[in-house]
Amino acid sequence: MSAQSLPHPPDTPRRMPRINPVYVLVAALLIAIVVMNPAFGEPTGYMNYFKRVAALAILSGGALYVIVSGGFDLSVGSIMTLTVIGSSMLASNDPNSTYWIIPLMLGIGAFVGLINGLVVSYLKVPSLIATLGMMISLNGVAFMWSGGAPRGYLPDTFRFFGRYNITDVPVISLLPIAVICLASFGLILWWGLHRTNFGRMLHAVGDNQQAARLAGVPVERVRISAFVVSALTAVLAGVILGGRAGVSVDIGSGFELQAITAAVIGGAQLLGGRGSVPATIAGALALEAIFTLLNLLGLAQPVRLVVQGLILIGAVALATYQRKRAGQ
Amino acid sequence: MKTILVAAALFGIMTGAAFSQAPNFDDPEEFAKQREQLTATFNGPADQVYLHYAGDSMVDTAAFKKEGPWTICFSNAGVNNPWRVVGYTDMTEEVKLHPEIGTFTHVDAEGSDDKQIADIDDLLAGGNCSALIVSPNSTAALTPAVEKACAAGIPVIVFDRGVTTDCPVTFVHPVGGYGFGIQAAEHIIANVPAGGKVLMLRILPGVDVLETRASGARNMFAEAGLTVLGEEFTDGDNAKTKSIVEDYLQRGTIDAVWMDAGATAVAAVEAFEDQGVDVPVVTGEDQQDYLQKWRDLGFKGIAPTYPTYQWRTAIIAAVNTLKGEQVPGPEWVLPQPAITQDVLDQYINEKMPPLHYAMCGCEDMPNYPNAWGGTE
Repeated sequence: MSAQSLPHPPDTPRRMPRINPVYVLVAALLIAIVVMNPAFGEPTGYMNYFKRVAALAILSGGALYVIVSGGFDLSVGSIMTLTVIGSSMLASNDPNSTYWIIPLMLGIGAFVGLINGLVVSYLKVPSLIATLGMMISLNGVAFMWSGGAPRGYLPDTFRFFGRYNITDVPVISLLPIAVICLASFGLILWWGLHRTNFGRMLHAVGDNQQAARLAGVPVERVRISAFVVSALTAVLAGVILGGRAGVSVDIGSGFELQAITAAVIGGAQLLGGRGSVPATIAGALALEAIFTLLNLLGLAQPVRLVVQGLILIGAVALATYQRKRAGQ
Repeated sequence: MKTILVAAALFGIMTGAAFSQAPNFDDPEEFAKQREQLTATFNGPADQVYLHYAGDSMVDTAAFKKEGPWTICFSNAGVNNPWRVVGYTDMTEEVKLHPEIGTFTHVDAEGSDDKQIADIDDLLAGGNCSALIVSPNSTAALTPAVEKACAAGIPVIVFDRGVTTDCPVTFVHPVGGYGFGIQAAEHIIANVPAGGKVLMLRILPGVDVLETRASGARNMFAEAGLTVLGEEFTDGDNAKTKSIVEDYLQRGTIDAVWMDAGATAVAAVEAFEDQGVDVPVVTGEDQQDYLQKWRDLGFKGIAPTYPTYQWRTAIIAAVNTLKGEQVPGPEWVLPQPAITQDVLDQYINEKMPPLHYAMCGCEDMPNYPNAWGGTE
């Protein structure tokens, strides 16, 4: 009797393990690129691509922490700009300065993340607005600091992380330092979000803040930590990007939206509670692969923008559709 | 997919049509004039290039003569890139050389037409300006504001970018955008075999002095039988520049990179370096970092310039006007030299910051090099 009235899960046949569509997307894009341009299959081709995407991928992994907790961090691009400009101003061409500049920048980043988190948690300002304000202020700070033209230059020791390649590596022949950074920071971010108590609490807060609070999760502290992680990864991304390309006055602009896009392509839920670091990094890879592919096709810039936008919308629509069908 | 392609094609056609409505930045007459001026002889003292001028037409300014101390007002389009920062330092240092200037009022429009129009209104309403210097943000938008300033009866000096009215006392500028494009293109044509492939990198669309640089060069490449691989906008961003060059390298060889402004030239050079490819002809500008890279790697570079010394000249024009002395006009055309291999070393100064523009004409000023961020 009771066995009949109790609902029990339907006996569904075992399905194939479900693969996040972003991995299929990345694979398809990379294959398409290799078909179009066999040189991409050589280490110099694909390693350069990984090197280029490293900054965005690390940034997206950090931004995911805030997204999973149910917020947005729009200040990350300006933190990158501030890192590059600040470092160049402080370095004044001294190669020995790198060792104290990077920790100092991480300190500034942590402070910015802390302020973001405090404002969102205690002043109850929506994260979209709080970090938008932070973005504008930090751009102002970077501009004031440099007076519109950074006078310093990034020494080679600083640019090591974004630019240097280890050559003569067996099998792959060259290995950019940026790729090593991507792998190690990616691993740390994955561990933090998917293998620790903090990660579980982040998911809980993003999923249902009230329920998490009742279950004893220190909601404020968890959210603040998410902003700090995001800001710290933004500093690291800034170091790598500055290393790759050198100093520009608005080097980080636009990265905040690209990071959110990468997370969404990777299947993260924008209202929080769901997201995966590896899939987000794959999202960043997909984004960069789309740019590369469109360029190889040789389309004119306006057409490229249109196609790029359509592919982004399409990828996210497909991911949502599959999730709905899977009943999640 | 088919729909997407059709939509993309339609959009392409539409934007193409929109661009064809844009103002004409391809004027053969102006092109020919500037090409001639590049090699013309200029008047003026040999050691003060910022006082040189083309032609002999002068403007009588006796009507503006005024006893000092004067208030000179300056409406600036912005100090938002290294070129303008160097220029503005030139200007403030020049002001210090003239004790008759009691007050120098600087208003920064931060790259906005609207703000600059309002700025000029405010300066006029204040009623204190003995003379007004304008560096317009954009040509068409600022023309009425400059006309209004002229109508207020004070002498107006325009420099850097132009306006379409001849009411100012004079318009101070180097030869021009076509000239810049011609110098870079001629160098590429001389160093790349026929049929060679050129990548054109530009900062942003729609600014007259940049559009004319591109159109002048484009015509010359077509004439010389070079293939233009593409024209890409970099927004002056090093990271974007590097990615664009890397992508084109993946598609095949590049024989030359032409730039409408040199700020990102080093990033373009690095793209070749990092891929382990020989650096081909990469044109730049008179920025220290590019000049040093060019010397160190020994590629075939050239640095056309848009000299920052014109910022000094604008102050001198205002001072001479208020003294009632004749000034070159209605256009004060300054020389626009290019830095070539044989004179490269004399423009490199390791003690100046990497983003310093060598053609500042500022070496004879009392606060050089500290005011420009250099060390003695």
